[in-house]
Amino acid sequence: MNLHEYQAKQLLAKYGIKTPRGMVTAEPKQAAEIFNQLNFSKAVVKAQVHSGGRGKAGGIKVVNSPDEATKAAIELIGKTLVTHQSGPAGKLIHKIIVEETLPIEKELYISIVIDRKQNCPVLMASAEGGMEIEELAAKSPEKIIKFYLHPYLGLQPYQARELVYALDICKFQDKCSADIFKLGVSLFLGLSKLFIENDCSLAEINPLIISQSGLIALDGKINLDDRGLFRHKDLQEMRDIAQEHPQEYEASKHDLSYIGLDGNIGCMVNGAGLAMATMDLIKLHGGEPANFLDVGGGASKEQVANAFKLLISNQNVQAILVNIFGGIMKCDIIAEGITAAVKEVGLNLPLVVRLEGTNVKIGKDILNKSGLNIVSADTMDEAAKKIVQLAKK
Amino acid sequence: MSILVNKDTKVIVQGITGGAGSFHATQMLEYGTKIVGGVTPGKGGAKFADKVPIFDTVRQAVEKTGADTSVIFVPAAFCADALYEAADSGLQLVVCITEGVPTLDMVKVHKFYQDKGVRLLGPNGPGIITPGECKVGIMPGYIHKKGAIGVVSRSGTLTYEAVWQITNLGLGQSTCLGIGGDSIIGTSFIDVLELFQKDKATEAIVMIGEIGGTMEEEAADYIKKNVTKPVVAFIAGKTAPKGKRMGHAGAIISGGKGTAQEKIAKLTACGIQVVPNPAEIGNTVKQALRK
Repeated sequence: MNLHEYQAKQLLAKYGIKTPRGMVTAEPKQAAEIFNQLNFSKAVVKAQVHSGGRGKAGGIKVVNSPDEATKAAIELIGKTLVTHQSGPAGKLIHKIIVEETLPIEKELYISIVIDRKQNCPVLMASAEGGMEIEELAAKSPEKIIKFYLHPYLGLQPYQARELVYALDICKFQDKCSADIFKLGVSLFLGLSKLFIENDCSLAEINPLIISQSGLIALDGKINLDDRGLFRHKDLQEMRDIAQEHPQEYEASKHDLSYIGLDGNIGCMVNGAGLAMATMDLIKLHGGEPANFLDVGGGASKEQVANAFKLLISNQNVQAILVNIFGGIMKCDIIAEGITAAVKEVGLNLPLVVRLEGTNVKIGKDILNKSGLNIVSADTMDEAAKKIVQLAKK
Repeated sequence: MSILVNKDTKVIVQGITGGAGSFHATQMLEYGTKIVGGVTPGKGGAKFADKVPIFDTVRQAVEKTGADTSVIFVPAAFCADALYEAADSGLQLVVCITEGVPTLDMVKVHKFYQDKGVRLLGPNGPGIITPGECKVGIMPGYIHKKGAIGVVSRSGTLTYEAVWQITNLGLGQSTCLGIGGDSIIGTSFIDVLELFQKDKATEAIVMIGEIGGTMEEEAADYIKKNVTKPVVAFIAGKTAPKGKRMGHAGAIISGGKGTAQEKIAKLTACGIQVVPNPAEIGNTVKQALRK
């Protein structure tokens, strides 16, 4: 689950990390009120969407008066922002933040993610802030400093001190009224604590700035591990389904794993690996998959029916491929789910079904007796070839 | 021979009275696995299927039955605790089927297992099977056949697909195992490759990887240096979009890293045969065996 910038900043503040003064709103009119209320002479209006690259896409505007703030808010709220990370459909802007602008002495980069090679979280920092980490990693990987968080202990104070020295931020002390060394140590420790206590998968401050009043998180990005969400009621409430892909959200309600793609062949498969392999095979035979859909191992007839309806609901889908290797999942459950869904919503698209594994005979019988116009296939290769041909017609 | 499990493996089932645990315990018993006990706190003293003793703790189960292996079906929210208990009770191998264990729980669990020197397989995998001898997991037993091909994978059903192709060609498998689809898992490809290389019964290896992480790339280097047996690889997810989690928690291209193309290029560069068509895994390994 992703958080908005304003939510990320609330969390950062909770862990003692300073953020610019500002407020969030969904009402364009309130932009001016915030501007006045916080005594701004200049401010920045930032679109709240689950995507990076907002600045370049016009989602961040600098304003010099309450009227300009309102004007910027009117322009942003309700608009769809397309960034280089959002995909072509973009993300709808529901909320904006209006916050102070600050003089910047120095921009830094800091983030924590899971390092899959070391099997623990890693804190990455760089004195080259403002750039995206991918860009930085490609351009000058030697400028990224890494500290691994001990699995039991998290980041230790000595590491935070080492990090402050490595970033060489104390040289800006004369520009700053607060103790940069102390601020730095407590900020790095705070971010580590935040990451661990909230089951984060990403906690990023970019840029972290050195300003007259200290170290301030000018932007914040926090993603959460969905699997840890059950123990964070407060964070669950921060979910913004308006930012999610509608079919992916629908799928998540039924405990299905669905990812929308650009092709025209709808796929329903059990198991993530087989589902990816099926998409790859469609492509190999010259077709384009419309989605990734894993119905999982223990799906019920109803879940299968919902999955099938989800496929049909995609307007781009011109043919459907079902590829099932029954293990825990029984082929008869799949067959019953498909027939139930078709009875309910109808089907005028070509359908190729490949069933193998547990209860395959019963499953095939159910489909044969259903009277549905189904092309059956014995292997996944045959199934993929057939569906590609049918989708081209 | 085989790797990790065989006809003498004594298995306990953690979470044996739950839905998945009881169903698969029955399936494993039918396959002939020596299920010597089950663990469900509070239900000690009862029997599963009228014959398998249930214990309150893993330690009791190990002391009373001499079990060396555990398979875990405990729900994700409580799974870390079950994993610690297993590692702290004198077992050699712990197979975790549970999907959805929080990543930061696994960070601690991984360290705990490393320090204890206990082997963990999974989580979020199908388990392990040595055909005709022992099945510790959820794979359909009948698709397997005793033979000389070792199969290792990050996936469940895609492994069944590969195994079924191999069996239908009249060949069989030495041991098949899934290492799990999560981003933090106990046993890596390299660990398994090392075991297959040493195993006398294994003549060729099928390795099924997917997008996300760099485990396949590390395996490629390892194979080039250390594995003399033929290895056939398949990498799932060539068509997967960036930044999206493809079902498995670990199957995600993040920051442009972990693509199928990168993995295929690395494996190929290390002289490993990568099958472009997942329907050709069986045929390809058959040919590799003949060489």
